[in-house]
Amino acid sequence: MYAWLWGRLPGPLPVRLLLALLALVVVLLLLFTVVFPQVEALLPFADVTVDGQG
Amino acid sequence: MSVATRTRARVPAGVPARGPALLQGLGELLLTLGVLLLLFCVYELYGTNLVTEREQRQLGQDLTRAWAAPPAGPTRAAAREPALGQAFARLYLPRLDGSTALVVVQGVSVADLKKGPGHLPGSALPGELGNLVLSGHRTTYGAPFSELDRLRDGDAIVVETRDSWFTYRVTGEQVVQPDAVEVTYPVPGDAGARPTRRVITLTTCNPKYSARQRLIVSGRLEGRQPTSAGRPAALGEA
Repeated sequence: MYAWLWGRLPGPLPVRLLLALLALVVVLLLLFTVVFPQVEALLPFADVTVDGQG
Repeated sequence: MSVATRTRARVPAGVPARGPALLQGLGELLLTLGVLLLLFCVYELYGTNLVTEREQRQLGQDLTRAWAAPPAGPTRAAAREPALGQAFARLYLPRLDGSTALVVVQGVSVADLKKGPGHLPGSALPGELGNLVLSGHRTTYGAPFSELDRLRDGDAIVVETRDSWFTYRVTGEQVVQPDAVEVTYPVPGDAGARPTRRVITLTTCNPKYSARQRLIVSGRLEGRQPTSAGRPAALGEA
């Protein structure tokens, strides 16, 4: 999978490294700002009140 | 012998040559999932704390600025409920945090609690007759109530508002079911009764990282002093 992705990257080695790094940063940003906050809502960590919905 | 040839050597005859590639893909997928789970833990245990730390710092500054300015409108308005999500008090638990304050916001929605401990709308305001109910995270988002189980009877719970300091004393601690709304009644445990005491109730989840139960700490108002009289002696207790 990663070898295949690496093969898709254009340009010489330095350019590929830069692109790979950029892609990694984008993926991490998406995870921390979009994906994780939504997954978190499914977890019970915020159930701290007594309301019968826990 | 290279890794690839060794892998290939284990594949029984008759399996297409794509087998190893598929296996490698599966391995990469599983490793990726593992890394994702680890990253999620990092987010929950550290990332969420940063969010709350920033919110608390901002809200603390807002509060200091708001209290420095003359009160808007007549004093009567100040006694009414603050707007949802708005910071309106500081909470001190000397036994747990020394003299470090937690900024309390109005409301107990998921968004409110990401900012800090929240005041249950409709419950008593600090110093009011009835039950002042504050809820906070036990884990993640700064975990303000993480160590609530360490509070002992007689420990101080100090609430600071614009014009007063209120010192409550812990009277008891209990673990209840998530639907035990009676602990939030003006007279805890007695629906419809007219309050004659000024009490405080702190709620959080129990055990840590679970929503199976709630940890409840109760206290009673011991004393009140205007902010002009300086910080209450209870804050010096460790």
